[in-house]
Amino acid sequence: MSKLLEINNLSVWLPLPAGRLHAVRDVSISLDRGEALGIVGESGSGKSMSALALMRLLPQRAEQSGKMLFDGTDLSGLSDTQYAQQFLGHRIAMIFQEPMTSLNPVYTIGRQLTEAAVRFGGYSQRAAWDRAIGLLDRVGIPDPRPRMSQYPHQLSGGQRQRVMIAMALMLEPELLIADEPTTALDVTVQAQILDLLTDLRREMGMAMILITHDLAVVTEQTDRVAVMYGGEMIEDGTAQSVMAAPAHPYTQALLRAIPRMKGAPRRLGAIPGTVPSLMQPPKGCIFAPRCDFVQEVCIESRPPEIGDADHSCRCILTDDIRPAFTPAEPINNHHIVLPNAEVVITARDITQIYHSRKGMFGPKHEIRAVDGVSLTLKRGETLALVGESGSGKSTLARIMLGLARPTSGTVEMLGRPVADLAPLERASLVQPIFQDPYSSLNPRRTLAEIIERPLVLRGDDDTQSRATKTREAMDMVRLPARMMYSYPSQISGGQRQRVAIARALITRPEALVCDEPTSALDVSVQAQILNLLQDLQAELGLSCLVITHDMAVVHQVANRVAVMLNGKLIEEGNCDSVLSSPTNDYTARLLAAAPQFRPELLTTQEATA
Amino acid sequence: MLKYILLRGLLAIAVAFTVSLAAFFLLNAATDPAQAIAGEDATQEVVDTIRARYGLDQPMPVRYAQWLGGVLRGDFGESYYWHKPVAELVAERAGVTITLALAALGVTILIAIPLGAFAALNPNSWIDRMALGVAVSAQAVPNFWLGLIMIILFGVMMPIFPVSGDDTWRHFVLPAFVLGSSSVPAVMRLTRTGLIEVMGADYIRTARSKGFRGSALLRRHALRNALLPVISVLAVQLGQKFGGSVITESIFAINGLGRLALESILGADIPTVQMLIFVFAIVFVAMNLVADILNAALDPRIRIG
Amino acid sequence: MTQVENFSTTAPEEATPLTPGQLMRRRAMGHTGFLIGAGLILGLTLIAIFAPLIAPHDPFVQSLSSRMLPPIWSEGGSWDHLLGTDQNGRDYLSRLIYGARVSISIGLGAATIGMLIGVTLGVLAGYFGGWVDHGVSFLLTAQLALPGLLLAMALVFIIGPSIWVVICIIGVLHWTYYLVVTRSATQRIRNLDFVAAAAASGATPRQIIWHEIVPNLVSQIIVIFTFELGIAILAEASLSFLGVGIQPPTPSWGLMIAEGKQAMFYRPWLVVLPGFCLFTLVIGANLMGDGLRDITAPEGRN
Repeated sequence: MSKLLEINNLSVWLPLPAGRLHAVRDVSISLDRGEALGIVGESGSGKSMSALALMRLLPQRAEQSGKMLFDGTDLSGLSDTQYAQQFLGHRIAMIFQEPMTSLNPVYTIGRQLTEAAVRFGGYSQRAAWDRAIGLLDRVGIPDPRPRMSQYPHQLSGGQRQRVMIAMALMLEPELLIADEPTTALDVTVQAQILDLLTDLRREMGMAMILITHDLAVVTEQTDRVAVMYGGEMIEDGTAQSVMAAPAHPYTQALLRAIPRMKGAPRRLGAIPGTVPSLMQPPKGCIFAPRCDFVQEVCIESRPPEIGDADHSCRCILTDDIRPAFTPAEPINNHHIVLPNAEVVITARDITQIYHSRKGMFGPKHEIRAVDGVSLTLKRGETLALVGESGSGKSTLARIMLGLARPTSGTVEMLGRPVADLAPLERASLVQPIFQDPYSSLNPRRTLAEIIERPLVLRGDDDTQSRATKTREAMDMVRLPARMMYSYPSQISGGQRQRVAIARALITRPEALVCDEPTSALDVSVQAQILNLLQDLQAELGLSCLVITHDMAVVHQVANRVAVMLNGKLIEEGNCDSVLSSPTNDYTARLLAAAPQFRPELLTTQEATA
Repeated sequence: MLKYILLRGLLAIAVAFTVSLAAFFLLNAATDPAQAIAGEDATQEVVDTIRARYGLDQPMPVRYAQWLGGVLRGDFGESYYWHKPVAELVAERAGVTITLALAALGVTILIAIPLGAFAALNPNSWIDRMALGVAVSAQAVPNFWLGLIMIILFGVMMPIFPVSGDDTWRHFVLPAFVLGSSSVPAVMRLTRTGLIEVMGADYIRTARSKGFRGSALLRRHALRNALLPVISVLAVQLGQKFGGSVITESIFAINGLGRLALESILGADIPTVQMLIFVFAIVFVAMNLVADILNAALDPRIRIG
Repeated sequence: MTQVENFSTTAPEEATPLTPGQLMRRRAMGHTGFLIGAGLILGLTLIAIFAPLIAPHDPFVQSLSSRMLPPIWSEGGSWDHLLGTDQNGRDYLSRLIYGARVSISIGLGAATIGMLIGVTLGVLAGYFGGWVDHGVSFLLTAQLALPGLLLAMALVFIIGPSIWVVICIIGVLHWTYYLVVTRSATQRIRNLDFVAAAAASGATPRQIIWHEIVPNLVSQIIVIFTFELGIAILAEASLSFLGVGIQPPTPSWGLMIAEGKQAMFYRPWLVVLPGFCLFTLVIGANLMGDGLRDITAPEGRN
């Protein structure tokens, strides 16, 4: 029986004024009926572009080459119209990352669900309507019938993604492509959606391509895995063998960079350097500039593909000479609790109430963003604040920074109420690090101006001493001093986050409040930043409040953890005890929902499946 | 939804009255109407008499209150120049200007929207470049100059359309073209960028992934979203055509409100100017309100919230 | 930024090697529209500045004996008066050249006044929000509802048509575009993290507005300024044409068109030439504005 999907030597490039951007280079994929393939990669790896090439959804200017066969049919022979009518929606369907914007806001859900079925699938309006309602029910939308006349903006993000899934399944496709389907959703919702996809797949005998940057998701949900880097596929094979015994140095490094949820925290492996420019593909191996095991031959020519159907990779290191994959050394147990440490920040009974009204004259709603929360941050510790969207964690962070005044409750820093502190005094006690490296820095100022700004505001130093301190700060975050006069647009996301850290630390504050400091970064960059934060904390004796939704990060860096839900603090305690035996139901659900990255257990999974 | 409309309506009226207040004070503060009526050579006695007769010796707030009271009764005062009730003057000429404004809107829609749509669907093609060229040129052409050129062309060289007067529909062709072309650049650009943005939106990608291509895609999914902002802008543009009619009507000798405005200004006829400013402001805010209502009706995000 | 569309959630790790300033300069040099527009504006400005040196005659000198002389391409034309003379015997070409001074100076003055009013209101409304914003929005709608031309005509007529009155009135009636753009830009920037970081470092609102927000508004303000320049120039021309702007004997292109209107059927150049000068000047400003918009924010393009 032929394979369902065969893609051979796919290349996609975009002609730009500055040259060609090689988004995808020589990628080959094959998929059996009913099989699930996970395509993993960081940003710029070309994983999404490959899928879009298959769906003929590439930007107008893009060009591609290579052969694509679906169920034996050569797709390149079909015109756009033929392909659209016969394959898209019918046999191959796709769901996308952003459920908030992927549905047309001016049409009802019902219309969007049924239109393709009626127009291309030969369904009658009645039959399509009934099928849609059935599917909505199957994907977990409560009370589906009235929903059909609702509009997208009346549904939540998770619900919209379910609608997208239902829409994709209307014509019973043989292959479903899911491009980062859960990245924009909360962790608990994420788990539900992924489980739903797996169940549906098994029920309908559908094949699936799951594109994601999250290796943990891939371990749980797929049969096969392909790893992409810089537009090339550098390793692929069964999920079990790739994750348990990665062959390519990049895959190995990536696996070492991921924080785990169980076991002693280890120092995260960081990959030196940055992703290569896709404008000038190298003669040799694309990973060579960053590889620990690079040799002459790697730079001269592209390495051959080695291995077998179950596990292959593009590297010169064969089984005998490849170093074994060993996880990093455990670090000093960060979970030591410091019982008598001084309290740096205290929040007492904080409540923040917002008023909103629907439309111009609707009834006023009271929203309790934060509801009676009390927290303390002790010297030298890392307190993790965990919650999903709407939990109030960011609002609480702003209040603890002194940037927002709570409706009731007090915040004290080193014993003094924040309201009594002058802004500059408060600034020297606590500083923020934000999530988005692209909005943290003023695009019109040089890095030197950005980093020294807190000093300028304080007014103590003169130009000379400011320059010295700026250099020291850049040193501290491992940024080369020659970058001082660059602008944010000239540096990468990870480097920007370092600049933000340098700015925060230049006045040597007592505490840092980090709001999802690594969520917007690639896995390998995340590792660099987390390592940096931990090093700095040890060096400077900082106290850190880290807000995150990622339990693995909590396990990696925190001494204590606090969990928030709907504005209330529902659990608090030492990291070890909360993570291993949570007392609250919601915490348990959060822990269970987080995709587990435990390749060593894959074999047992298989045996019990 | 009803509350939404009511609130916007109240706001609109408030704006119109604010405008009239500002205009009243500006116009009356900057000059002495009694002097203007009496003429340059009148003696002080005559001026004083006139002032007393027209009640111009009262303090300003009182005069504004009187004017306001009159307005609510439908009485806009008497023209200093024509010695007729202002309301009558305006009513006589309103019809012509309304016709002109609507015709001009028609011209704008016929030229700008198809041009903008074709340009958006064929980016960087010759039609796109031409559309942008038209927009840039039309923005730079002085309105009155275009009118005069039209008169030279059609009055002397190719006498197809009449260039003066307002008797038949033919008389409105050239003025409508001149008045309408001033809005073409803005509306064309809006249509073009709106459509380009919509075509790049995620939900269009979703529609394409379901198999929709070409004109079906456009008609079903893109147009409605792209035209939403255009429709509101068109409503506002219609409102502005009234103020813009001054030049066109003067050049083409059309007896509408615009020409009335010019004549009353040159004749220092403050009550008429005052009423015209008020009327034009009301028209503008009314059109704004229509635009808001259309928006709410067409966009479920506003309608259902 | 070499990534064309962002398909991943994570920040791309790539960066451009050039500073923003260098990038903009490079884009400017390659943008035909901008270069043409800037060239036209520069050229006409130089003509305006050096008018006394370029113009063959004094534009105010009347000569009853040389009234209505034909231009060089008609019978009876002479090199002495290339474009002939007007109804008062003044050299037409010189008046055209000096007309540039009127248009450009009024345009610059009015656009500046509009900028000062509109940007101030826009930044305040965008930064402080709340009642300030509501008040400014109301003011904006009232201003838009005002029939500008009408009011301008009335005011100039009443107060007196001096060049400063014209500049002020046009400026005071044309600040809305600045307001709308700076207000929404300020609102957007205010929500960015670097503003919060500045507040966390102890900066006062005034420091934040000047140091963080305004530098990010400058390029947009310049773009609007060039467009408003064109609008102000046309506004003055309209006012002068209708007789309620610049008064004779000052040479304003709009006024010259009005003066030429009587004879326009058999001496069409009296109407065509000044209009064409206006067209050239304004199209220069608009091309420059479009070009600047493309140069400073290419992501805004398709």
